[in-house]
Amino acid sequence: MVERETVLETRNVTMRFGGLTALHDFSIRVLRGSIVGLIGPNGAGKTTCFNVMTGFYAPTEGKVLFEGRDLTGKGPHQVCREGIARTFQNIRLFSNETVLQNVMIGCHVRTPLRWWEAPFPCSGTRKEREIREKAMTLLEEVELARLADECAASLPYGAQRRLEIARALATEPRFLLLDEPAAGMNPQETQKLMAFIRHIRDRFNLTVMLIEHDMRVVMGVCEHIWVLDYGVLIAEGAPREIQADPRVIEAYLGEEYIADA
Amino acid sequence: MSLEMFIQHFLNALTLGSLYGLIAIGYTMVYGILRLINFAHGDIFMLGAYFVFWGGALFKLPWGLAVVAAIAFTSFCGVLVDRAAYRPLREAPRISALISSIGVSFFIENLCIVTFSAIPRAVHVPQWLGQVHLIGKVRLLPLAVVVPIVSMVLTSGLLWIVYRTKPGLAMRAISKDIETTRLMGVPVNRIIAITFGLGSALAAASGIMWALRYPQIHPFMGVIPGFKAFIAAVLGGIGSIQGAVLGGMLLGFIEIMIIAFLPALSGYRDAFAFVLLIAILLVRPSGLMGEKLEEKV
Amino acid sequence: MSAERKKLLSVAALSLMALFLWWAQGHLDGYKIQILNLVAINIILALSLNLIYGFTGLFSLGHAGFMAVGAYVSSLLILPAAQKETIFLLEPLVWPLSVLQAPFFVAVLAGGVAAALFGLLISLPVLRLGGDYLGIATLGFAEIVRVVANNLPGITNGALGLKGIPHYANIWWNYGWCLFTLYFIVRIVNSNFGNVLKAIRDDETAARAMGIDVLRCKVISFALGAFFAGVGGALLASLLTTIDPKMFLFLLTFNVLMIVVAGGLGSISGTVIAGVVITVLLEWLRFVENPIDFGPIHIPGIPGMRMVIFSLALLFIILFRREGIMGMREITWDGLACACRRGGKDRG
Repeated sequence: MVERETVLETRNVTMRFGGLTALHDFSIRVLRGSIVGLIGPNGAGKTTCFNVMTGFYAPTEGKVLFEGRDLTGKGPHQVCREGIARTFQNIRLFSNETVLQNVMIGCHVRTPLRWWEAPFPCSGTRKEREIREKAMTLLEEVELARLADECAASLPYGAQRRLEIARALATEPRFLLLDEPAAGMNPQETQKLMAFIRHIRDRFNLTVMLIEHDMRVVMGVCEHIWVLDYGVLIAEGAPREIQADPRVIEAYLGEEYIADA
Repeated sequence: MSLEMFIQHFLNALTLGSLYGLIAIGYTMVYGILRLINFAHGDIFMLGAYFVFWGGALFKLPWGLAVVAAIAFTSFCGVLVDRAAYRPLREAPRISALISSIGVSFFIENLCIVTFSAIPRAVHVPQWLGQVHLIGKVRLLPLAVVVPIVSMVLTSGLLWIVYRTKPGLAMRAISKDIETTRLMGVPVNRIIAITFGLGSALAAASGIMWALRYPQIHPFMGVIPGFKAFIAAVLGGIGSIQGAVLGGMLLGFIEIMIIAFLPALSGYRDAFAFVLLIAILLVRPSGLMGEKLEEKV
Repeated sequence: MSAERKKLLSVAALSLMALFLWWAQGHLDGYKIQILNLVAINIILALSLNLIYGFTGLFSLGHAGFMAVGAYVSSLLILPAAQKETIFLLEPLVWPLSVLQAPFFVAVLAGGVAAALFGLLISLPVLRLGGDYLGIATLGFAEIVRVVANNLPGITNGALGLKGIPHYANIWWNYGWCLFTLYFIVRIVNSNFGNVLKAIRDDETAARAMGIDVLRCKVISFALGAFFAGVGGALLASLLTTIDPKMFLFLLTFNVLMIVVAGGLGSISGTVIAGVVITVLLEWLRFVENPIDFGPIHIPGIPGMRMVIFSLALLFIILFRREGIMGMREITWDGLACACRRGGKDRG
């Protein structure tokens, strides 16, 4: 197998909120083109980790490197411009806008329409059309094209998740962070989601990292898994190794998973 | 500057600061509980002053009784405003209630013009409060002593209510988390009404003393003191009663002392507070004694 | 409906409007024309506030400040030199301003640009604040502008204000600027930049995650809004021919806010409708402050009653119809065609 390069690396990241250490000495390397998972019990610091990687929090200590460049101290929009996109645990769509507009907003970072271009028909209209076409293509990719003019808030739950992913893809990321993409989905939808994640990884040359509680998704789609507990990395490895790791079972999987397997 | 002059300014600042502090408490309590900037609070302050005038002129009440009645009635008006204009908007976006309070503010001011006319009126000051005593070269108005003492007593009373009684405990709980407090079986709306009543009573007391100190009342007299007291509340750290008192005092001193030492700036007097507000919001938005709020992603 | 057809309809509507204005100029009395002018200016002001508050979600209460900047700058540029000498009694006007002159269009533009620059200046510190604090801080700036205007007799003539400003702002200028504002803001909010602004309004966190430089976009929106507020102030100054610091009280901002809230935050058509209705209503309500005679019965005028009714109306809207006349919807040709067809069917 060819040695793959590291796309994202965290070095000894520690995140403290007052007296609470939400993330402690967290170091990982994510290989390009992989799909990886970050798991752990509730409150283990997974979302904090995402927030650090995407610039919402500046880490108390340590740094985040993306394709070798230091991201520490960059704001969320700069991180997005670097090529990292994310979704949110509690879907955060622009609820007053249409499905198409949501994706078009995602296009802004790569194809910005400046304010002075808007009032002038020539250049503004052409750019506007480009953005619209790009957004439509993405919507076709996630099978939402026929709902393009619906209000985003009116979509069913699964479709909202896909729309959120399409919106993230519109920023042309190379690294995509999905925060509990399968939450609230039924088994069929979950199956489709897994195929969908693999599909977009191949189609857009992505590296995908996901936080997920649904073990079928994590074990089914991830090549490598990190396990957090109380902000500390307690295990990492391929799904099989994680499943067998007694520390993980003790901290997190517990009886439920053993019964399942 | 001579020592006498300084003492004179000091006394003025103390009076002004106490008055700002009393109004600021109402802002800070309401903001602490509802996260609402109650624009109408300055007009509640004005109502207090007008009710005394009204009680004396129309109902021929003795002065002391008029004051007590005015405070009670203003307090009732504060509760009424909450019930009519803010309570229906508890679930609405926060700015809606703010716009509602702006509407209430204009409503009260203009209702006052309709009923009392916009003409400024002179206020009757009881002899024992208004007579100037000369101590050395310092002109001592009894009010300069009475105002700080009364406001100190009222503030202590309020602190006692907030920290030593059950409704006070409920107020503090609501300001931390209104939903949980509701689930604990606390009659949230009643506690909020009490908060408005207390805040309005203090504003009324301040308005009455303001009218005695600067003996004139008019329907817009609450606008500028209202803004400034809000700024005092922000300065002290919004949500904190002690902070409001401190902020009011600080603002009173800043205003009086800048003019005392730099008379050239006296035309800008009404702008100091706003400059201070913008500065404090930039440097330390949580104010001097407030808690820092973390934004959750 | 095809794009050509819509364009045709828009041109037709515009011509109708122009025809009406032309007729109005010839047939209506001065008072009614004044109201027509105020309608145009209020629409400009309300559209600009709607861009800032309704579309970008920045609760700004600083409109009176921007208007004051626009009004003073443009008035000083159109006041004839002789007039400047006679009105500046307290202190002569400072040098470059005392001789500077510009045609009306340039003066209004300069007023707008000055207000926009002022908006830029204050936006950098205050836009870091959110929600109600932003409102108070912008209100503070407007008050500071007013106090400064009161204290700079060499530039603003202090509390005396400027008198005898040439009355250039006729119906054509006002409606011309109104149309330009409408076109500009409609194009902005319907473009992807407009989508970005709405995204910031709806969910700032998500907008940041989408790579949007939130602060920059807010600053742009704020400055654009300030520009049109300045233009509105400049036109108003020329329409009223006198300005003084007392004119730019918080009440002025309140009136504009009322139009935006009544029309619907984030609705252009709502703002236009509310602009017309509220301006006319405000003038019409003056009757309650004038004495009325019903034959032998004499009802004396009640000063203040107009604003009592007006503020009650605002309270009523905010309490019972928070989304305003239009909510976030717009009147479009497609929508109108749809309504017509439905109406036709109901009848048939």
